[in-house]
Parts: sequence; structure tokens; C-alpha cells
Amino acid sequence: MPDKRDKHKSKYTLDRGIPGAFEGETITRRRFMTGTAHGAGAVAAASFALPALGFAFGPVFKSNPHRWEVVGNIYQFPDNNYIPTVITLTPNIGEAGKSTVYIRKFNPEIDTDAADVDSHTPYIAISSRCAHVGCPVRWVDASERFICPCHGGVYDLLGRRVGGPPVRPLDRFYTRVAGENVEVGPRFSVNSQLRRFSPRDSGEPLDGIGQYMYPSRPGAQKL
Amino acid sequence: MPKLPAPPLPASLKTPPPRPGHGNGNSGPLEDAKLAGVTVVDWVDERTSLSGAARWLMFRKVPRGTNWFYTLGSATMFAFLSQAVTGVFLAMYYRPDPAGGAYESIRYVTNDVFLGQFVRGMHKWGSSVMVVLVFLHMGRTFFFGAYKYPRELNWVIGVVLLILTMMMSFTGYLLPFDQRAYWATIVGVNINGTGPLVGPYLSDFMRGGSEFGATTLSRFYAIHMLLIPGLLAALLGAHLYLVAKLGTTAPPWTKATQRHELHETEV
Repeated sequence: MPDKRDKHKSKYTLDRGIPGAFEGETITRRRFMTGTAHGAGAVAAASFALPALGFAFGPVFKSNPHRWEVVGNIYQFPDNNYIPTVITLTPNIGEAGKSTVYIRKFNPEIDTDAADVDSHTPYIAISSRCAHVGCPVRWVDASERFICPCHGGVYDLLGRRVGGPPVRPLDRFYTRVAGENVEVGPRFSVNSQLRRFSPRDSGEPLDGIGQYMYPSRPGAQKL
Repeated sequence: MPKLPAPPLPASLKTPPPRPGHGNGNSGPLEDAKLAGVTVVDWVDERTSLSGAARWLMFRKVPRGTNWFYTLGSATMFAFLSQAVTGVFLAMYYRPDPAGGAYESIRYVTNDVFLGQFVRGMHKWGSSVMVVLVFLHMGRTFFFGAYKYPRELNWVIGVVLLILTMMMSFTGYLLPFDQRAYWATIVGVNINGTGPLVGPYLSDFMRGGSEFGATTLSRFYAIHMLLIPGLLAALLGAHLYLVAKLGTTAPPWTKATQRHELHETEV
């Protein structure tokens, strides 16, 4: 069948040789009706598909408001040992939203790495979530180590990995002092040099290329 | 003395002729029940033509050498049906509430509901049974070469069914919301997050946020109850249709029988 199209196709159907064309027509009635029906169908489909997609993917982009929680007064945390404290990570779901945090006072002799750690953390609050796959770690005072029961990850006093499969140090929480109270805020992650990053999940390394391979997410940003 | 024939009776007093099947030892309520059943089936069949499809599905030819390994697929399907039925009964009691209601509802089913422990146990162990059977069925199909032309699409559908089964196991594991369920889900979602570039976003999508929260349990429940069972049922239908249409293969050790006249004769 000979191809009627050429490079300089006229926009008038009459010139294009379409049967039933009238003078000045640029689109046939059939094509117009078909296009309108398709458009209406697309609007109808989008009207239930887009909210459903938004519902499914919305939480990925939602950022939780920063919450600060009082955990004790400034006299009850030593600077060479950790006190386990329970905080609420996610409100409104009862026990499932709570987690343990190990808190001690900032010690200038020990906390010498990473210049910007201390400005947001007058108290060091170490997360109990292991950086391997997320089991809760336990502080053992006698050996000054955090030990993970699941796969044998071991961390030192500063939360840096000294043994086992974890890929980065333990996460920390922002802290601040309000009057005589110590408050714990959102979580943040650190790399092996204890440089601050937005909170990541367990198993995601942050050294070198790791911080780009496992990017920061819209729902979890550092302060 | 010869008997004279009986005088003709009026029609209303004549004994009625025997019904078909009656009069030769086949009479009574059992025969009536059978007839009633056949009538019902005929009524449906006349309006749907389903008996042809049923015969096509059930009275298929199978190759010589078909053995017990070929039952693994049906066994998987029956495990799935058992899961579906026990799952429906569990769903009548389960509450997807992360603030304690989920754990409490499962405790209630296990301890206080009549046969609740049995139904819950069937569901829990049935999931392991189904996973084992699905792998055995996949192994049988692979080692018997039953994935080759023209059955490639069936193999692909089977792989998708395998992935859906794994997802059912993963989402269902969280639902009792005890310590084991909670931490296993934390670990599982974190393992997902170790995939480069998209891992963190995938974790966020699964959890419904950057932290494990209230939406996580609801999401998992909806996926476990509605989304994946629907997909499983649809793909299972396609899988079974293809098996019936294409037929099963003979085991790989079966030699093809040859016709005598095609044999070369010894010279």
C-alpha cells in the first residue's frame, strides 16, 4: 500500500487525501471522537489509580516531625559508663514503638573524633540497634563493649565496630539539655570516623562510596 | 382350567408403568437421590456447557511412566487451599492493631477459641509444608525437563508463584506481632535495604516510612490477606490451565516406543 505521508505533510485532511474530508479540516471526526474517549478513560483510570499509588508510596516521602523526649536529669549520667534508658521511637503504637538507648555524658578526653559530633550531643546517646541487620545490642560494663547476640557484632566504648559483621558504628541520637533535664531527639548515623550522616538502616555502610550507594531518604534527614 | 383375561380397568385404576431404572431391582430412595443429583447437574450443564470443560480437565491423557513425583504440584495447591481456608478462619478473630491488639487476638485464638489452637497450628505449619512442597515441585519440573518448549511460559508463571509464596511467608510472619515476628521483620527489611541505590527506598516502601510504625503492620496485613492471595489465585488458574492444555511430559528416563515396522531389521 503506497505510503501517502511525506516530509512536508499538510495539516489539512483534504490535502492528505483522506476520504470524507472537508475544506479546512485538520483532524478527522473519527480520530477526534476516539481521542476524546481515550482521554476520558485516562482521567477515570487516573482518578482511582493515582490516589492508590499515592497511598502506597506516600509514606516513603513523609518526614516524621522531630520529637524530643526527656530521659532524666543532668546528674544521673556518668561520663565513663552507659545507662540504658527506654525512649519512644514511634508514638501511638505502644510497646512496639519503644527502644533502648545507652546514655552517658560527653567526655572531652574520649570523644575526640569528628569535630561536629559534640555540638549536637552534650550527652552521647548510643542506639541499641546493631548496624548489621538490626538486633538489639547490649552494653557489657566489664569489657566496655556493646555485644550483639544475633551474629556476634562487637562495638567499643564509642560505638565503633571492633568485631563481627557490622558495617559501620552504632547510630546515635541528638541530645540537648533543657534546664536540668537531658532530652533525646532524632537519630543519626555515623561513619567509621564518627562523622554525622542522616539516619540510615542497618547494613548500609557509610564509608567512601557507601554514602552515595545508600542515599539519604526524604523521610529521614539529619538536623 | 384356563384363566380368563382380566376385564379392562378404567385408566384411573390401572397401575402406572415402571419409571426408567425401576422394576429391575433399582428402586427406592437411593435411586431417587441419584436421579435428583443428575437432574441438578443437567440443569446447570444445559445452561453453562461446563461438563465439556470438566471432562477436558479431568480425563486428560497422561504419558506412560507418570509417577508419584507428578503429584507434588497438586500437593502444593492443596497446601495453599488449606492455608486459604485456615487463614479465613483466623481472619475472623485477628485484629491488625500494633498497640497490643494483634498479640492479644492471637492469644485469644490460641487459648480461648474452640479448636483455635488447631486452626492456628494448621496455618503455621501449613506454610512450611507449602514452601517445602513448592521447592520439591520446582525441582521435579527442572530435573524432568518439563520447562522446555512449549512449557516455558508455565515455568515463568511458576517462578512468579514461588516469589509470591515467599512474600506470603514474609508478610504473614509479622502478623502475630510477638518478639520473634517484630525482630524478624526488622532484620528482613534491613536486609532488603542493603541492595545498592534502591535499597533504602525499598525498605521505606515496605515499612511504610523511615521507621517501623503503625502503618507497617496494616500494610503487611493488607498485602498478606488481599493483594497476594488474589495474585496467587489468578496465576494459579493460569498455571493449571496451561498444564491441562499442554499436557504433562513423560519422565526423562522413558524411552519413546517405536513402531515395529520402523525398526531396521537385522540383515
